[in-house]
Parts: sequence; C-alpha cells; structure tokens
Amino acid sequence: MSQTITDGHSVDTGTVLLGASAVTMRFGGLTAVNNVSLNVHSGEIVGLIGPNGAGKTTLFNCLTGLYRPTSGEVRFLGEVLPPKPRLVVRRGMARTFQNIRLFHNMTALENVMVGMYSRTQTNAIDAVFRLPRHRREELASTERAKELLDFVGLSKAADTLSRNLPYGDQRRLEIARALATEPKLLLLDEPTAGMNPQETRQAEELIFRIRDLGLAVLVIEHDMRFIFNLCDRVCCLVRGEVLIEGPGEVVQNDPRVIEAYIGSSETDDEPAVPAADEPEQKGEADA
Amino acid sequence: MNVIIPDDVKVRFRVPARIIGLVGCTLMIASIFMSWSYGHTVLDDVGYWGAPSPLQLYYAVLPVLGVLLLAVPLLGRGRLGRWAKLVAWNTSAKTCAIWSLAVTAVMIASIAIGLGGLVNVDPGGWVALAGALIAVASTLFLPDSPDPNLYRLKSPQWVQILAIVGVMAVLLFGAAYLLNFENADQFLTFGASVVGVVMVLRQFGIFSWLSIAAANNNRVLVTSAFVVAFAFPFTQNGSDANMSIASQVLIFAATALGLNIVVGLVGLLDLGYIAFLGAGAFTAAILSGSAFATIDWVPPFWLTVLIAGTVSSLLGLLIGAPTLRVSGDYLAIVTLAFGEIFRITMNNLDGNDGPNLTNGSNGISAIPDLNFFGFDFGKAHVIFGIDIGRFANYYWLMLVVIAIIIVVFMNLNYSRIGRGWVAIREDELAAEAMGVNTFALKLLAFAGGAFLAGVAGAVKAHYDVSVTPDQYVFLESAFLLAAVVLGGMGTVMGVLIGATILKLLPEKLRFFSDYRLLLFGLLMVIMMRFRPEGIIADERRQLEFHDEDDALAVEIQEEMRAKHVHLNPEPKEWDL
Ligand SMILES: Nc1ncnc2c1ncn2[C@@H]1O[C@H](COP(=O)(O)OP(=O)(O)O)[C@@H](O)[C@H]1O
Ligand SMILES: [Mg+2]
Repeated sequence: MSQTITDGHSVDTGTVLLGASAVTMRFGGLTAVNNVSLNVHSGEIVGLIGPNGAGKTTLFNCLTGLYRPTSGEVRFLGEVLPPKPRLVVRRGMARTFQNIRLFHNMTALENVMVGMYSRTQTNAIDAVFRLPRHRREELASTERAKELLDFVGLSKAADTLSRNLPYGDQRRLEIARALATEPKLLLLDEPTAGMNPQETRQAEELIFRIRDLGLAVLVIEHDMRFIFNLCDRVCCLVRGEVLIEGPGEVVQNDPRVIEAYIGSSETDDEPAVPAADEPEQKGEADA
Repeated sequence: MNVIIPDDVKVRFRVPARIIGLVGCTLMIASIFMSWSYGHTVLDDVGYWGAPSPLQLYYAVLPVLGVLLLAVPLLGRGRLGRWAKLVAWNTSAKTCAIWSLAVTAVMIASIAIGLGGLVNVDPGGWVALAGALIAVASTLFLPDSPDPNLYRLKSPQWVQILAIVGVMAVLLFGAAYLLNFENADQFLTFGASVVGVVMVLRQFGIFSWLSIAAANNNRVLVTSAFVVAFAFPFTQNGSDANMSIASQVLIFAATALGLNIVVGLVGLLDLGYIAFLGAGAFTAAILSGSAFATIDWVPPFWLTVLIAGTVSSLLGLLIGAPTLRVSGDYLAIVTLAFGEIFRITMNNLDGNDGPNLTNGSNGISAIPDLNFFGFDFGKAHVIFGIDIGRFANYYWLMLVVIAIIIVVFMNLNYSRIGRGWVAIREDELAAEAMGVNTFALKLLAFAGGAFLAGVAGAVKAHYDVSVTPDQYVFLESAFLLAAVVLGGMGTVMGVLIGATILKLLPEKLRFFSDYRLLLFGLLMVIMMRFRPEGIIADERRQLEFHDEDDALAVEIQEEMRAKHVHLNPEPKEWDL
C-alpha cells in the first residue's frame, strides 16, 4: 500500500473543496441519504464505497445539483452550491454517470466539445456572422478536445460515434467530457463497472494522472483493490448513512464494513470483485 | 418488396433471371413504337404506330436503365472488378423494374380513365404492362446486392464539380419542363418516371457519391443552386402561372426552414408556428401604408422586416419562456393553443373591444407592392428580352430571404450552439449536467425561428396584397410540420424538397387538392412507418430513428467521416 497517502497528510496540504454537511435526501418514505457529511480537499482522491442501494449515486446527484437535498447543505470552495447542475459545473465540479450517459450519436470529439460549453462564450450572433470569436473558440476547443482525448487514450477515436465505441472507451470518453468542463473536483460513479482487469488497471492509472493534474477526485467503486490502491481516504456508506470514514487500511479492516458487504451479498456480488455488468436496480434512478 | 425466395435459389437462378428481365425491359422499350391508346385525347397522344410521342420516349428511360443494370453484370461477369461491389446492380435493377411497372400502370390508368374503360388500351400498353410484370417477377429472383459504397470512389475534383453543375442544370430544366404540363395525367406520368429514375440512381449508389461531392464542394453546390434558382424565371417566358406557384413554394419553404430550426435541430414540437408567420405579416401590413392600415407610420421596408421579425420573436419568447422548462408534449399543446389564440385575437382586434389593429376578420387589404429604389415589384420588367412579372420579382426577393435563412440555419448548426442543440436532443439531462444552458438554447431556437418566420411573413404580406386572420389557421402549421417531416428533419435540402412537393402537388393535381387532407395524412403515416427520417436524411436524425441498428451506425459514421460533416470547423483532407 505504498501509494496510499495518509489522511492527515492530505488534509494538511489541501483546502476544503467540497463540503457537504448533513445532507439528507428522502424519496417519499425512503431515506436514500441520511445526514451525510463529507469533505473533499484539493488534490485528494476520496473513495465512496458501500453496498448496492446504499445511496452513493443519490449522494452524487445531491452534490451535483441533479437533486435538491431534502435538508443539508453543499458548499464548494466555501460557497453554497446552487441546486442547478449547469451552475455546479461552472463552479468547478463535474461528474460521470453510473449508466453511461454520453451523447450517443455524436462523435467522441463532439462529446468532449459539448463539455466545453460552459467555458466558451460564442453566442448566436458570433455563430451566424462567423465573427472572430466563433473562429477562435472553435479552433481552440477542437485543439483542447483532441488533447483531452489523447489524455484518456482515445486520440484515434476522435471521429468515431460514441455509440460505436467499446464499453471501456465509452467510460473513458465520459471522463474526458467531464474534464472538458475544467473541473477542480471530478466525481466518478463506478468508473470501472463492466471493465476487464486490464481496463481497470488503465482506469486506475488514468485517475492518478488526473490527480497529478491537480484535480481532486471523488470516486464510487465496488472493486476494493482498486479503491484501496487509489484512495487517500475512503468513506463507507450503508443504508444512506456514513458507516466509517478514514484511511483505506482502517476502513478495509473494519468488521462493520465487511459485515455490511456480506449482509447485502444476497443482492450484490462478492464484495471485492468488480461489479461486472451490475444489473440495473429496480427503482434506481441514476439521475 | 422482398418476396421470400431462399438465397440459394436466388444465387442459382441469377443468370436466367437477368435474361428474362432483359426480355421484359426489351418489351417495354419496343412498346413505345406501338399505339397505346385507341383515342387521341389522353396523355400526349400515344395512339400512333411507329412514332413514339415525347411521353413515350421519357417512359423508355427506365427500361433502358433496366437493360444496362441487367446486361452489364451479365456480360461483364468476373470482369467488373471492384465495380461489382461499389454499386448495387441487383437492388437497383429491382427498383427499376418496380418503378417501370408503376409508370406503366399510371399511363394505362390515365388512358382507361380518360377514354372510359380498359377497352381503349391498345396493344402497346398491354405489351408494356406484360414487359413490366416480367421484369418485376424476374428481378425478384436476383440476390440482394450489398449496400452500395460508391462514396468510397475517389474522383478528381473537376469531375465532382461537373457532376454538381450537371445535376443543377438537369434540375432547372426538369423543373421548368415538369411545371409546363397542364394535364394531370401528363404531369403524373412524367413526374413518376422522374421519381423512378431518381430512386434507381439512389439505389445504384450515385447519390451517396454525389453527397460526398457536394460536401466537398460546398461553395460550388450553393452557388450553382442559387444560380439555377435565380435563372428559373427566365425559363418561363413571362408566364405568370408557374411563377405564382414558384413564389408560393418559396414562401412556404422559407417558413418551413425556420420551423426546421425548432423541430429539426432542437427537437421541439411546435404546432403553432404559422402564428409567427402571421404576426410578421400583420405587422408588415399595418406598417405598409395601405388605405386599411391602422397605423400611419410607414417605415422603410428593411425596418419593417426587422420590426416584423422582432414582434414575432417577442411572441416566441412570451410563449417559450414559461413552457420550455417543461418538456415534450406540453410544448406541443401550448403552441397548438397559441396558434388558435393568435387567430382569434387577430379576429377580435377590430376596435369593438379594445384597439383596432387588424380590422377584424376583414384584415388589411390593398397592401401596396414593394418598391426598392424605384424598382417596383408590382410591375413587369423586361430583362434579357424576357418579361419578368410581379410574381418573379417576389420570387427573387424570397430567394434572398431563403438564402438568409439557410445561412442562419447552417451557421448555427455548425457551431457551439448547434452542438448544444444536438446534445439536448440526445440527452437533455446529461447536457445540463455538462454545463449546457438547455433552457436558454431552447428559447434561442424558439425565438430565432419565430424571427425568421416574421421576416418571411413581412414579404408574404406584400405578396398576398391582403392579410386576413383566416390565412393563418392550424392546418397551415400542420402542413409546415409535414413539409419538415417529409423532407427530412434537420436538413436544408430535404425541407426544400418537402415544401416543394407539398405545395406543388395540390397546385398541379386537382385530385390531390380535393383529397389534400386525406392524402397528406396517408403520406405521413407511410413516411413514419417506412422512412421516419424523411426523404433526405440528416445523418444524426437517421441514427436517432434507428437506435437499434448498429450496422447502420457504423456505415453512417464512415459516411460522416468522408463528408466531415462533424460539428467542428476543421475540415480534414478527404483524399480524392
Ligand atoms: N429518484 C428516486 N426515486 C425514488 N427512489 C430512489 C431514487 N433514486 C434512488 N432511489 C433509491 O435510493 C436508494 C439508493 O439508491 P442509489 O443512490 O442508486 O444507490 P447506490 O448508487 O449506492 O447503489 C435505492 O433504494 C433507490 O431505489
Ligand atoms: Mg449507484
């Protein structure tokens, strides 16, 4: 576990990027997320684990403005986030989806360029009259999009329709699209779901490189090995509540975590294997 | 179309099938030298032996194509090389046979109906029918060709340019020729054989090559298209009948193109679009200086156009702002209601309760013709020795309006805005989650489309001379939408074609105008079932309609690569 940086170390160096305090999300009688507080510091990789249905995706949706939490507060760089996904993106937080939500009939390059929307200004007048700003921004965005595709290892697929990409590539493209929004914090929802071991290793390496760019990452995962290789800190969510939060080794060996996973194993696979092609849970709304 | 014949049977019988097919085509060609009808008052007199009439000559084009499509693979077996795969010999031969049969049927039906009974059909007609039936039956035994990929054929640029210009010239003369048929039967026969030839060429793969050529030589395409459209009045020898139809087609097409931004690019269903055209028309009428105008101020026309567009787009904002936040069907219902409210309001702004703006149901009539720098749109002018009448003047003006609309359409489509629109169509929530301001983009399309309709309406007011509320009814909105759907959502070419078809057919065919609603309804059902993406398919739209078809997705991707129609500016070198 040489990669694991201690919790104290990263807290000391980073400022608090994301601060969720007492976030609760109820759907009718069901409390999907209950009183969750979670901080993510800059430059840190934080893992979010928990059995299926624990509320991880719902928490993501609350953080990114797709859901307005029933109660609680989400701050980003000290300011309360508006509950609008578009504005959250502008503040510097981007995400991927558990069930990939690419623009299927757009090419890889176009997908990434859509990600740049909030960072470009070309308006209808610029576009209709082909004013300099249109030209300038189009060229710059194309260039940048290609760099990002290169970064995630998809440079050859620039003009492949995203629906024609293999599954693993689609996941990486989603990451590139999220990176295009120039985030400070990247939220990844099960980035290795459905990947083979080799692709999983590549994804792991990609996330390290993203961290090296100076971004913080909050990642939901089922693959324990992946999580503990990767994360500075791990938070385990069970039935909507934080069970334990701390350095990887501590969480891994905590008997309650093991029990939570085994307790739910009638609905889930083995705890430490990647959740390959996890069936869509009934009633689950990824967003 | 695909009768179930086992593939191995098809492969075994393909040579005899071709030979029998050739016999069928030969019979059809031979038939044009025979008399088709006993009487001499139908079609263009097909009742002579040994002397084919012009219509019979056009009729022969399809069977001649059929002979080529059947004979070349037969004679050149093993020597075709890559031409065996580049084009679809068998499928296009099949299409050719079917359309030959259709045209034959139209002609025989014309004779029978025109002269009172099948007894009036002479041997020529029966020989042709027999030939067509033989051709259809035998081509059914041909194995299906793989999809043509002629678009892979590399060709020098001058060939591409020549092809584009040639197509445009054929289009000009074809259109002029077609419009000159006075009789429905002649119009139908000629029209059907033209459509047949087009369908055969399409199956053959020519169009996939042409569309690449067009994409590679965009400037040439656009320029030649406008030259041809501009030249059209000169083919009419000062006759007003066709110019009146042509200018109506342009007004209709311009409005449909504006609607296509909303429907085709963003995917919003607008059922009240005609109201924006009406708002523009009423605004222009009120500011026109007509004796019935309710406001005395007469601004110059360019200003009127801007005001009309602005009024329309303000209405668009008014409707869009509260409704675009909700999705899908609500918008359709609200816009439908808005169209009706507009009409009723215009009917009631007659001064009885409230201000008098529109003179109620009488509307505003006697709108003066436009006058630009002394060029009176109401008068005929002689240019190059040809009379250019009032309708031709407005036709040219509408051509300018259409050009503007096309530029707006294309430039928005290929930009950050257009990418946002596609993203909204694909997955609105994901778009929002990636930072796209979906509401603003939808509102922009809505108001922008309304603006363009307002501009078209301003010209229409002067063209129509009078503006009344009952010109702007729901049915017109429905026809506009039909033109977009029929032609191809999200395409310029498709909508131009769709608008032309929907305006032209009722003008030329009494039958069509009598059963307009029934036939349009039928047409829509057939399109939705067999080709929901429209006559000319936008690549992305086609994919959206065939979500499951992975092979198609790969094929279209390759075509898009070849055309580099991606929504980014940097053209990649397509090696010629
Ligand atoms: N939109 C929603 N409406 C109702 N229930 C929901 C909704 N979204 C999630 N849930 C429920 O919340 C719980 C947590 O789901 P989720 O966050 O997807 O879990 P996880 O991502 O940890 O597997 C599940 O029981 C799920 O059914
Ligand atoms: Mg989940």
